[in-house]
Amino acid sequence: MHSRRSHYAFAFFALCLALFLLTFADAALRRAGSANALAANERLVAQLGLTDLCLFTEARYTRHPSQADLQSAFQDHPLAFEHFPSGSLLPPPRNLTAAYANLDRKTKSAD
Amino acid sequence: MIKLTDIRKAYHQGQHNELWALNGIDLTIEANKVTALSGPSGSGKSTLLTLIGCMARPTSGRVQLGERDISGLPERFLTDIRRKTFGFVFQQFNLISGLSARDNVMLPAYPLGGDWRALHARADALLDSLKLGQRRDARVEWLSGGERQRVAIARALINDPQVLIADEPTANLDTALSREFMEILESLKQQGKTIILTSHDPLVVESNVVDRVVYLRDGHLVEAER
Amino acid sequence: MQIWIAKQKALIDFTLSSLARRKLKNLGLLLVYTVIVFLLASVMLYTHALRHEAAQVLKNSPEVIVQRMVAGRHDLIPPRYLEKLGRIRGVQHNEGRLWGYFYDNVVSANYTLMAPSQESHGFGQVADGKIVIGAAVARERGLAPGNLISFRSYTGKLFVFTVAAVLPHEAELVSADLLLLSEADFRAFFDIPAGYYNDIALSVANPQEVRNIAGKISEALPDARIILREEVLRTYESIFNWREGIVLVLLSGSILAFAIFAWEKASGLSAEEKREIGILKAIGWETGDVLKMKFWEGALVSLAAFLLGYVAAYLHVFHFSAALFEPVLKGWSVLYPRFELVPVVDGFQIVTLFFFTVFPYTVATIVPIWRAAITDPDAVMRG
Repeated sequence: MHSRRSHYAFAFFALCLALFLLTFADAALRRAGSANALAANERLVAQLGLTDLCLFTEARYTRHPSQADLQSAFQDHPLAFEHFPSGSLLPPPRNLTAAYANLDRKTKSAD
Repeated sequence: MIKLTDIRKAYHQGQHNELWALNGIDLTIEANKVTALSGPSGSGKSTLLTLIGCMARPTSGRVQLGERDISGLPERFLTDIRRKTFGFVFQQFNLISGLSARDNVMLPAYPLGGDWRALHARADALLDSLKLGQRRDARVEWLSGGERQRVAIARALINDPQVLIADEPTANLDTALSREFMEILESLKQQGKTIILTSHDPLVVESNVVDRVVYLRDGHLVEAER
Repeated sequence: MQIWIAKQKALIDFTLSSLARRKLKNLGLLLVYTVIVFLLASVMLYTHALRHEAAQVLKNSPEVIVQRMVAGRHDLIPPRYLEKLGRIRGVQHNEGRLWGYFYDNVVSANYTLMAPSQESHGFGQVADGKIVIGAAVARERGLAPGNLISFRSYTGKLFVFTVAAVLPHEAELVSADLLLLSEADFRAFFDIPAGYYNDIALSVANPQEVRNIAGKISEALPDARIILREEVLRTYESIFNWREGIVLVLLSGSILAFAIFAWEKASGLSAEEKREIGILKAIGWETGDVLKMKFWEGALVSLAAFLLGYVAAYLHVFHFSAALFEPVLKGWSVLYPRFELVPVVDGFQIVTLFFFTVFPYTVATIVPIWRAAITDPDAVMRG
């Protein structure tokens, strides 16, 4: 058999495709394997009443974005430059921009 | 075998640089013969060659291949006829550099989708018959002028066409190589190929291999001398 | 069909041969292209898996949290608030929470201090004088169970605790920076009087009613700020969406650069390429054959980049903990959780990535060829 470029290419793509499909098998395996850890996390969250993921620890509003208030997320000024890199990775919490304001308006007490 | 009736061909028709390359050509080309089109440059012989080889269509007039009128066919059919019936050897050889001699030879067969191994074997056999067997894996830009022309001839023959068309085949060759080329023509003629070429090289035109010389001037036929 | 396959194979042969002529340039292109796909896919896989995990884990967070705001700052919840909330119909259970932040001078890190409620069990039960620490804290301070650790509180007093336990490494994503103290220790450390809390967590009898109850709470306690669990979950749904992110900003630069590069490479048809297409036409290739050949060039290069880039991204995110993103995500923080994300892959996202990487390049390869490919076959002889 003469070597033929298209055959090399097919072999290469078959290998790539196999690897690509393997990632899905691997994902399924790891999902099954991590079920316990996930359950442990869920328990810890329930036990301690945790509200946020511990991703960024440098400031209140990045450590607990869901608990941030209208002032902390925007610092001193709505257009203030972010000090922390993580601040640019996190959007202002949704409940600050929409839901909280709605709840506010729902109150019947005089402002 | 090929019959041309009142062929006219204009370039840039309707524009300020309109040019009539052919002005009414009637010509019949016989099968299994070597026909040479001769004449000064600009006489229209290359244009005539492209019309015969179905590379272009005449502005007016009829081209008959066998019994079939092919002058009115759309490009797709014309391409199909061209690659089955004609093989081309260009003046500049027009090989694709960077590819090996064998890859160049196989190129015209790729769109046909035939069996690749058979094609591979055919290409090698053709290169062997043209004494290029040992150079088949060399890139074409590493070959000498004579070798390149033989690669171009092998490429023209890969689809086993009835007709071989060569445009000024000896223009870039020295005398020895030109003689060699005429020998190749001779053997192809013996294999039953029809050969049509343009040339104003006396070595070609006066050769015994050439059966008929057609002279052109200013897009008209001038009476043949032989 | 067989002829069709043989033909495509032959066209692929040719296109590979012509790519092989400029090996270094084309391999370089493939490499850059693969890196782009790799970065895009890494961001995509990472954020998707993180969002998924957040939703999984945080579905157990408190249903409603009530904070008190004074002059735009969190303030302590006074004792009567709990009682007031208890009277609202539909509130099933409410309890004050004690938690806060502490800056540790020794390692310049922020910790989250927490006094678990009396009712919680497991790690939630911490005796006086003991402390349970998150895995990242243990790592940063080099602590193990049984060690002593002292902190100088904001009031200036020195407190010494014995490490009772370290929270499991698997839970770092939610607990890396936690310090769990007993309630008495917490109050002493932060000097919070008895009866006062940082905020209130409550649960409702009927989850459907949660919004109504929230309305009632904000009526009863006008200075309260209410955070519902669904809002917490939504916060994490939108975390790292496409608008956010240095990563994406950096990426967009490189994507643009690549787009220019690819466009230049694919569309800047050189005189040599034009000549080659002329030759192919002259020796019997149809316009369609030339286009198909070029299609294969674009498709093979971009498909290879997609597959290689995606597989590399998968390994990067799920087997190497997205190590390349660490400097970006870490920011200025000293404590950084080490966690392995559970691989959750969204088919739709992969299709989108496929479409946005493979399709444009293939088109950019074919389109400029079009004009060259429709030249007359005899152009070569005229030229």
